[in-house]
Amino acid sequence: MSKSSAARSRYNSLQDRIFDTLNIIFMLCLVVVTLYPFLNMLAVSLNDANDAVRGGIHVLPRMLTWENYEYVFGEATIFHSMFISGARAVIGTIVSVFCTAMLAYTVSRQEFVLKKFVTIAFIMTMYFSGGLIPNYLLIRDLGMLNTFEVYIIPGLIGVFNMIVIRSFIEGLPEGILESARIDGAGEFITFIRVVLPLTVPALATVSLFVAVGQWNSWFDVFLYNSSNIDLSTLQYELMKILQTTNTSNSSQSAADAFAGAQGGVTAVTPASIRATMTIVASVPIIIVYPFLQKYFVKGMTVGGVKG
Amino acid sequence: MEKHTEPVIQTSRGAVTAQTSGLQLFLKRLVQQKVLVLMSVPFLLWLFVFKYVPLWGWLTAFQNFKPHKSFSEQKWVGFDQFKILFSDESFYRILRNTFVMSSIKLVLGFVTAITLAILLNELRNIIFKRVVQTISYLPHFISWVVAASIVTTVLSSEGIINVLFMKLGLIDGPVLWLGKGEYFWGILGITEVWKDVGWNTIIYLAAMSTIDPSQYEAAEIDGANRFQRIWSITLPGLKPVIVILLIMNLGHILEAGFEPQYLLGNGMTADYSDNLEIFVLKWGMEQSNFSLATAAGMFKTVVSFVFLVSANTIAKKMGEARLY
Repeated sequence: MSKSSAARSRYNSLQDRIFDTLNIIFMLCLVVVTLYPFLNMLAVSLNDANDAVRGGIHVLPRMLTWENYEYVFGEATIFHSMFISGARAVIGTIVSVFCTAMLAYTVSRQEFVLKKFVTIAFIMTMYFSGGLIPNYLLIRDLGMLNTFEVYIIPGLIGVFNMIVIRSFIEGLPEGILESARIDGAGEFITFIRVVLPLTVPALATVSLFVAVGQWNSWFDVFLYNSSNIDLSTLQYELMKILQTTNTSNSSQSAADAFAGAQGGVTAVTPASIRATMTIVASVPIIIVYPFLQKYFVKGMTVGGVKG
Repeated sequence: MEKHTEPVIQTSRGAVTAQTSGLQLFLKRLVQQKVLVLMSVPFLLWLFVFKYVPLWGWLTAFQNFKPHKSFSEQKWVGFDQFKILFSDESFYRILRNTFVMSSIKLVLGFVTAITLAILLNELRNIIFKRVVQTISYLPHFISWVVAASIVTTVLSSEGIINVLFMKLGLIDGPVLWLGKGEYFWGILGITEVWKDVGWNTIIYLAAMSTIDPSQYEAAEIDGANRFQRIWSITLPGLKPVIVILLIMNLGHILEAGFEPQYLLGNGMTADYSDNLEIFVLKWGMEQSNFSLATAAGMFKTVVSFVFLVSANTIAKKMGEARLY
């Protein structure tokens, strides 16, 4: 007791208190630097577009309006791209996680004769890949260009995710699986009825990784489906707008060009549309991740340490 | 491999022993375990088609590939594509960009993440610590498209950086930060830190939580101050994790990333922002020179493979768990 109070008094020396204060100030700066860009985007997206061009908007809108959101949700292409983004996040995640879990279960069975072979075949692919062009030619030859499947099938199994789930299944008490088998359940039934429900924490982790990846991806759209606007995703639409504003020397001239093209009476500008789409593209993640971060953290540390 | 696993198996499947002939035993067990086989073989086929078949596409690098011709009609040119590649001056600029951007990411990423992890660990209010951590993870989860959109806004002529720098008198007028190649590496490095520094602290914080608290208590009683404790307890405790992550990251040195360079770069910064993957994309998809692009991609994969395997071997030799 006396020891710890002595330690505490030393802990509260002047030097320590200065350190603590500076540390807290540093952390507050970090929070501002992290959040400011999002708040700024939000403010611009809620501000009158032509007024926003004047600049000077930071975290609060100057002329509050829903016009940008009305435009973004009213534009058929953009609205449809949100639907595709959502569809690939939901379907892609369910299919991928189920398949990854099934494979992980088979390689977690100690007696499975192909265990080593399957594991090595999969882990090998973490060291090399055919590369962009051979992959593109493969997808083309399989007739998967301009299809929705190209978002799901080529990335069906993630090796890292398989390792996470396998480690988790291997950590389950052997007795539970044994008793299911004594009851006469086959491997598949055991997997569905016993293993899947017990693996929920690991499946949650992996689902989140996959869902975020699906929601955020744009490169496969660009590479495989860029000629089919019906399969475009929100991120890809945002990327296209970003590229048009990036290549012109300032956002001002792009805004002028855009306004000119629209007959000069438009209420929206590329900069405002971009801010609005940036918010729409990040809101699902901003809402979801704080509640689920513990699963991410768990997956990161489990998968990272076990080979 | 069989012999090694045999004793473990005996308990559950008893019947078989190592004496039975290998193939017979294998087939017998394959039939016995047909459900497990059915549950994994479809994915082996998937793996073969999507991960191993593209390796066959490497042959493209030794051809003068024309997309509309069939395989047998392609003209074989040996190592000509590689000769073109290695005699192209722009290829060396791209290699330089790839290495420089990787190195910046590696060094900045390590220093900032370790520093932040130590500072977070020193926070005494647990709730405050949690809140800061949660906020710091946010940029990791957003896409690079969103991040690039944010960076473009922040660095635009009316953006906060120009406004702030002008107020501080550092610059006279707005600077086109993304329009000058010289700034690109710095901007990319800072953006990568902004996006991932919080997330990268996780592994260090996990390692710190395994350090025995009695070490800190003992140090306090001995009169060690904060910095001495960080220097002689926290950092040595992190050493194994730092070493293993450093080795593994060196294995990935050619993978400087693709999305940030592609999304933030433009014609004006191409001399600094173009890396190997953008080179492949430009030659392959934009110029339709599939053979040259494949040769460049193959070069990257082969060199990366050597780096990765050596990194993994070194890590194993040092007695650390491999990081997959």
